[in-house]
Amino acid sequence: MGKTLFEKIWESHIVVEKQNSPTLIYIDRHLVHEVTSPQAFDGLRQNNRKVRRPDLTIATMDHNVPTTDRTLPILDQTSSVQIKTLEKNCKDFGIKLFDIDSPNQGIVHVIGPQLGITLPGTTIVCGDSHTSTHGAFGALALGIGTSDVEHVLASQTMWLEKPKPFEIRVEGKRKNPHAVTAKDIILSIIKNIGTSGGTGTVIEYRGEGITDLSMEQRMTICNMSIEAGARAGLIAPDEKTFDYLRGREYTPKNYESLVDSWKEHLKTDNDAKFEKEFVLHIDDIAPQVSWGTNPGMTCDVTDSVPSPDEFSNGDPNQKRGAEKALDYMNLKSGTPIEDIKIDRVFIGSCTNARLEDLIEASKVIKGQKISSHVKAMVVPGSQMVKKQAEEMGLDKIFINANFEWRESGCSMCLGMNPDILSPGERCASTSNRNFEGRQGTGGQTHLVSPVMAAAAAIHGHFVDVREMDLS
Amino acid sequence: MESFKKITSIVTPLDKVNVDTDQIIPKQFLKLVQKSGFGKFLFFNWRYDEQENKKSDFVLNNPNYENSQILVAGDNFGCGSSREHAVWALLDYGFSVIVAPSFADIFFSNCFKNGVLPITLDQKLVEKLLQETGVIEVDLENQMIKTPSDEISFEIDSYQKKILLEGLDDISLTFQYGDKILEFEKQSTVPSVL
Repeated sequence: MGKTLFEKIWESHIVVEKQNSPTLIYIDRHLVHEVTSPQAFDGLRQNNRKVRRPDLTIATMDHNVPTTDRTLPILDQTSSVQIKTLEKNCKDFGIKLFDIDSPNQGIVHVIGPQLGITLPGTTIVCGDSHTSTHGAFGALALGIGTSDVEHVLASQTMWLEKPKPFEIRVEGKRKNPHAVTAKDIILSIIKNIGTSGGTGTVIEYRGEGITDLSMEQRMTICNMSIEAGARAGLIAPDEKTFDYLRGREYTPKNYESLVDSWKEHLKTDNDAKFEKEFVLHIDDIAPQVSWGTNPGMTCDVTDSVPSPDEFSNGDPNQKRGAEKALDYMNLKSGTPIEDIKIDRVFIGSCTNARLEDLIEASKVIKGQKISSHVKAMVVPGSQMVKKQAEEMGLDKIFINANFEWRESGCSMCLGMNPDILSPGERCASTSNRNFEGRQGTGGQTHLVSPVMAAAAAIHGHFVDVREMDLS
Repeated sequence: MESFKKITSIVTPLDKVNVDTDQIIPKQFLKLVQKSGFGKFLFFNWRYDEQENKKSDFVLNNPNYENSQILVAGDNFGCGSSREHAVWALLDYGFSVIVAPSFADIFFSNCFKNGVLPITLDQKLVEKLLQETGVIEVDLENQMIKTPSDEISFEIDSYQKKILLEGLDDISLTFQYGDKILEFEKQSTVPSVL
């Protein structure tokens, strides 16, 4: 019987395999950031251990960093300590660090691909659940906890129960690909399979609806695999993948011979079997807006906020969850999504802060001003994205529309830095999580695509971007 | 890591589904660089109001559940962020057993690295435990939960069970396979980053 892409990558990384026990898997790339690593480095010190493969490890600071003027000192002392701790740890253990002043600094899941560090067929880990992003390149990319960060630093391996392969086929063609985006595809998937629909699995996204997407759009899809509960998400590499990585700063010297080998090996066999399947038809899907407190609580922009009964399909636990979500979000069932007024707009995060995202959003706002009661910001995913956008003049389009144009980082996706919502503020956000308090205690988050966020900024409420000319 | 002993305690019922790690330990408390001291921030936004007064309707503020070591919750517990701080907070607060119908993968794996036992049980049994007011016993060795009226067996991976019972450090275990790792590296064709 044939094998899935995931199984092929898995099998080529087995170091130790035993019956009724997890498998020891080799890790090709380890990405490190300031929040989930200090305790891991401490563990190494306490046990007199070294980093086994500093040459397979890179670090940057992204979660905590201010997105305001980088020449000013960091006011938050605890953030400052965490950032300095990462600098010291990288120096002590010989790890390459893209520090806060580096032109390569940025969200770790944005810079990995941009620098050519992310490669097809590799295993990649990071102490961050959105590591799944790198799966867009046909890598097995896993988010891990701090104990596993320490384990990988020490041994370049980790013990893992083998997840099950899950096929999600995305069929059809979007009528307006500028208005209905990769974000709307992945939110539609999560709306259908639920936030635990992928638990224990590695999703392989397949079909015309996926191969049609650019690499940056594929990253948006794989990024949110974790929001469906999956261990990872991946997409088989193709010419778009190979073209994207060619000639980047850290692309390997023997790249073309690697490409030849990837073309031959990195695909799911025709007779391979998945343990779970789901098909999404995208010909008629609408832009999506989340209304609740997890990414599964999402509906079409043309819908109204559902009632807990409609949402829960008879499951009393889900019903109570929906009631609580509506209460937290201060929303009433039956309210049309387009009537929901917003206070803030955040265009950023490892989900949607790449160059294409900013280009698409800029088309919506060009020559316009944001609504007078809205505060809006753009936080590019990396300093390189920021620079490229500025070379195209996108910064001016955003600034002229009264957006704030910031330095790169995770920013208001999780609000570990000063970029947070105040209690009761409602935000159209291009990030990945609408959990209670995620963007600031008492803040209300609606997940949307970059074009939907930009349109909401202009109008002060959600609007259907399919009615705009975005070509 | 300390070895996992038999736990005898009342149950704290947290009757919610999809409890995410942002709720277990909100982001403003992730800036500490050590593993201790997170317990006071556990479920912070559910425990305290904006003036940091205790919210009387939240279960952890009910004095009946003080000193409980067993948390029982709904489906998909620990979803979202990979932050291990969530497990450190639960453990530091005093919970060493979490029972739920299902767990998110990364959280589940993080538990075992810290001596916390996550038990997956059938929805109906979890619902019964949510109502349990008596002292219960969790016996990992025999994979059994004893309530005043019932005995419930549970499944656990034999490797994970051994790790918990013996309090093993899995990095030391892995180092026993040092020759295998070296062997793998010799045949690997994946280039270094630098």
